[in-house]
Amino acid sequence: MEITHEALLKMFETMVTIRQFELRAFAEVGQRSLRGAIHLSVGQEAVPTGICAHLTDDDYLASTHRGHGHCIAKGVDVQGMMAEILQKSTGTNKGKGGSMHIADISKGMLGANGVVGSSVPLAVGAALAAKRRSTDQVAIAFFGDGAVNQGVVHESMNLAAIWKLPVIFACENNHYAESTPVEYATPIANIAERAKGYNMPGVVVDGMDAFAVYDAAGTAIGRARAGLGPTLLECKTYRYYGHAAFDNPKSYRSTEEEDEWKARDAIMKFRERVLEEGTLSQAEMDETEAKVTEQMDEAVRFSDESPAPGLSELLTDVYVDAPKGSLGRSSHLFT
Amino acid sequence: MTSKTTRMLSYRDAINEALQQEMERNPDITLMGEDIAGAAGRADQGFVDAWGGPFRTTQGLIQQFGEERVRDTPISEAAFIGTAIGAAAAGVRTVAELMYFDFIGVCFDQLLNNAAKMHYMYGGNVTLPFTLLTRIGAGVGSAAQHSETLYSLMAHIPGLKGVVPSDAYTAKGLLTAALRSNDPVIFFEHKLLYHEQCEVPEESYELPIGDARTMREGTDITLVGISKMTSVCLEAAELLAAEGINAEVVDLLSVFPIDYDHIIASIQKTHRMVVVDEDTPTCSVAADIAATVGEEAFDSLDAPIMRVQAPHTPVPYARDLELAYIPDAQRVVKTVREVFGS
Ligand SMILES: Cc1ncc(C[n+]2csc(CCOP(=O)(O)OP(=O)(O)O)c2C)c(N)n1
Ligand SMILES: [Mg+2]
Repeated sequence: MEITHEALLKMFETMVTIRQFELRAFAEVGQRSLRGAIHLSVGQEAVPTGICAHLTDDDYLASTHRGHGHCIAKGVDVQGMMAEILQKSTGTNKGKGGSMHIADISKGMLGANGVVGSSVPLAVGAALAAKRRSTDQVAIAFFGDGAVNQGVVHESMNLAAIWKLPVIFACENNHYAESTPVEYATPIANIAERAKGYNMPGVVVDGMDAFAVYDAAGTAIGRARAGLGPTLLECKTYRYYGHAAFDNPKSYRSTEEEDEWKARDAIMKFRERVLEEGTLSQAEMDETEAKVTEQMDEAVRFSDESPAPGLSELLTDVYVDAPKGSLGRSSHLFT
Repeated sequence: MTSKTTRMLSYRDAINEALQQEMERNPDITLMGEDIAGAAGRADQGFVDAWGGPFRTTQGLIQQFGEERVRDTPISEAAFIGTAIGAAAAGVRTVAELMYFDFIGVCFDQLLNNAAKMHYMYGGNVTLPFTLLTRIGAGVGSAAQHSETLYSLMAHIPGLKGVVPSDAYTAKGLLTAALRSNDPVIFFEHKLLYHEQCEVPEESYELPIGDARTMREGTDITLVGISKMTSVCLEAAELLAAEGINAEVVDLLSVFPIDYDHIIASIQKTHRMVVVDEDTPTCSVAADIAATVGEEAFDSLDAPIMRVQAPHTPVPYARDLELAYIPDAQRVVKTVREVFGS
């Protein structure tokens, strides 16, 4: 598939932003000794980048606990994301959600979700909304190799298939669910095979190759926009860090395996390819990286200058319309 | 206490020890859950027990009992918890772990419609030697979907039992009792207690499910604590002592059934009560205690029963908001002062 120069540079920027953002957020959280899990997707950048390159703000995305990459690729503001993780009122969720729950509906980002598999039907629902409105919007359901064993994921695929909804089931197979290897949890070589049961295309993609992801996603999204229904896209990839950043993955996988995947690093391979093809220059990419680093500094500065959420925020947003007593009889104790 | 030898043990190690001792005693017991061992299927590559459970409560069990009895599962709570209930119905005592209680939604049907009802609706034909291990509690910055304390949700369902150990001693004794019970028991671990230590007997012992205990004798007011909130009550009792209020602290230990007799006996002495519960207030265990005590011990009360609970909101992420959410000793003290009209 043809990619414009502008789109190519954007893809590079997206991947670099995801990586820098996550490493920076992780470091800042550590420095401040903030509590809470932070799941890094470093290593998996090509997947959301290749898929979301086909999307506009009008399209939808539902995400997982490992959602920073999805948010960034979908265009969510990194300042708001950083402020959210650093527990500030200027965060995307006013500091109420944190890393695992970043949402920005203005960008079509329906939210990261901490319950494995739980967000998949939400993307199906967004696709239904698009169909009801007769637009050509699509929805992406991101989920992991672990999530494919949840009933709701299967129920969602079936529903989307019978109703021919414009949704892409984007499985990020990073080969582990916490410490559980995919080959233990799943008795088939390719998760994409499961599409057969729902009579939809099931496609295996090299998730370390942004171009391959871009091509496969283009076909799937094209089908969805044309009213031909869902696709299951299995992107084979790898997370470089532990499940929730702090834990050591060496207790369940070998250094050789890690090195094999890192030798195919998505950003490195992208860089090599565009240089070889002469489609992006070294200078352009260096400039982009430097710009992204500046943006990260700015995001941290913005967060540091932002106030923490006021205590009254504890009781807001529970309901849109909160009649008397709806927050419990003792709510006065909390303000 | 039956045992002679005790030593300091953490809550986490007490849970682990109860599992280990009971699995040794009863070769039926089968354990299943996500990453309860870890690196599943990779023993041939030298990876065994990589996690020992997400909070290390099941560490070492796979080495001792093997993968037939200690089973890592795919992320399929409805299936493996239902499977555990089915195995129990077929006579094999089975223990399943639901990693965080917030995930109850995924497998609720198996507990609501099967585990809770089978014994009754099959006219006593089927018994369920089944235990669900799970964990509750805010305070670790895990936000709305990994922090809740919703045992009240289960207390509402006839047919289930639920225990809320507040320290290592009660954790071991209650888990042992659960692992010998022929009713389905939910064992609620509190995330902030894992590293807390106390004296625990080496040999195995049971604490009866449904019995509360008194942690501190007092004459002026009864503070009822549930799970982690028992330590909050004890802290509040110290602060109150400095104000000349002598509080009695009751540790509930079981959220269904609830030991009303124990609570009422305490109120007959103190004539006042505050219930401290980390769960949300509406239709909660604390609300039920207040209602029942109001019905049965009205004449013993000198003041309205008060509750200190979480607000009726999900759990927020930012630290200050989360701290405001969780009942603490200051809020208990403030509420007790209200009870005394000051
Ligand atoms: C219903 C549910 N069960 C268990 C968990 C705990 N948990 C969080 S992430 C995870 C592994 C998910 O694996 P996968 O779907 O492959 O996503 P990855 O972490 O690899 O991105 C588990 C078991 C959860 N959050 N929700
Ligand atoms: Mg995975």
